[in-house]
Amino acid sequence: MSPRTCALCATNKAMLKRPKTGQQICRDCFFYVFETEVHNTITQSSLFKPGDRVAIGASGGKDSTVLAYVMKTLNERYQYGLDLFLLSIDEGITGYRDDSLETVKRNQQQYSMPLKILSYDELYGWTMDAIVAQVGKKNNCTFCGVFRRQALDRGATVLGVDHIVTGHNADDIAETVLMNIMRGDIARLGRCTAICTQGEDTIKRSKPFKYAYEKEIVMYAYFKKLDYFSTECIYSPDAYRGHARVFLKDLEAARPSAIIDIIHSGEAFEVREEVKATQKVQQTCKRCGYMSSNDLCKACTLLEGLERGMANSGITDRARKKLDAEGPAPENIRTIPFYNPPSSTLVIAVEATNDGKPSTS
Amino acid sequence: MSDSSESASVSLKIEFSGGLELLFSNQRSHKLKIPAQVPKTYGDAASDSDNKPADITFLIHYLRDNLLKERVELFMENGTVRPGILVLVNDTDWELEGEGDYVLKDGDEVVFISTLHGG
Repeated sequence: MSPRTCALCATNKAMLKRPKTGQQICRDCFFYVFETEVHNTITQSSLFKPGDRVAIGASGGKDSTVLAYVMKTLNERYQYGLDLFLLSIDEGITGYRDDSLETVKRNQQQYSMPLKILSYDELYGWTMDAIVAQVGKKNNCTFCGVFRRQALDRGATVLGVDHIVTGHNADDIAETVLMNIMRGDIARLGRCTAICTQGEDTIKRSKPFKYAYEKEIVMYAYFKKLDYFSTECIYSPDAYRGHARVFLKDLEAARPSAIIDIIHSGEAFEVREEVKATQKVQQTCKRCGYMSSNDLCKACTLLEGLERGMANSGITDRARKKLDAEGPAPENIRTIPFYNPPSSTLVIAVEATNDGKPSTS
Repeated sequence: MSDSSESASVSLKIEFSGGLELLFSNQRSHKLKIPAQVPKTYGDAASDSDNKPADITFLIHYLRDNLLKERVELFMENGTVRPGILVLVNDTDWELEGEGDYVLKDGDEVVFISTLHGG
């Protein structure tokens, strides 16, 4: 079998088949098209403006490692004028996150970007190891997910950044579309394909790899010999997502465009105004000042359950009622430090609803 | 070792990454020799009439039976690698090389990368 030549440069030997297009291309053309597509995603959505301070949510895994490398490359090549930072969350999982954070620390040197690590322990007083010791392996992903989201925003505030970019790739987003359909979660289905999300008060979050296939991210890391960490979390992985992921991989094997097709389907859903109107209005948490759709944000609810030894109260309504029946939260439980959001619009609202807590102005 | 057995085997370098190495004694790089001619149906007794040159489909079965230490379901499915595992032959995507039908040559390097691990 004679080697095929690259469909783009018609000179070099083709080394990979692009899942999105079926094109057979060489290594150099692959680097070029991969980077250029991410650049186009960024410019078409006007994600950044010169002078923006941008934190890359870095776990040490393949997606965020490739994202840090590509963001640095594009920032230099196209003169975005961004200040880039690495932001890592230490969930406190011995034998998993401690090892992957070593990778992030190497990335800090390799890419010469400042790194901030914020731990669940310092923010919530609980490591994931301690949480799993109390709640077991069944619902621990709920805690981890809720805590991580808030920790990233708080870490970003410490760094003074305007924007967090994450390594979510096309496969991740297609998975989320499927999961939201299967759960009937119309609100999330309506927004899960958005490249950039921003509450009026919070830091922007976006996904420059929204259209990048996982296969290409892994190939890119392999060909560039990037240093990344790959071990499954030692606590039970999100089983529901696992099913969606295996299903999606089977679809991709039969028809590689399935991933991008599902994303397009997700983008094409339009949530009717009257459906949107039934969704809860965002307010701020009375206890910690973080954005919330209830009096208490999800993280405070989960933390109170942990502190009172009734961890399920943040997960099911029934357990929450049981907790409320036990009386109000004791004075001496650990709470999350008050959140000082970066914009001023929220600050006024916070002060109006907040008695005796440190001033945010 | 006689001349005939020398010529009848293929030396390969195998690499596992992306977390797959955990299924293979946590060792990323392996060197091995497989027969150049193998039964058409994996697991059949060797016979002169029903042989084929060793290909990647054979290699995958061979790795499962000789190197894999745990959780076969994370490596194989339906007679091939599980969807989500990338295979490269001499740094080229196996989808350009005929996938499982690629006939292995002496000195080939085959890399298996799992993409299924999150970050």
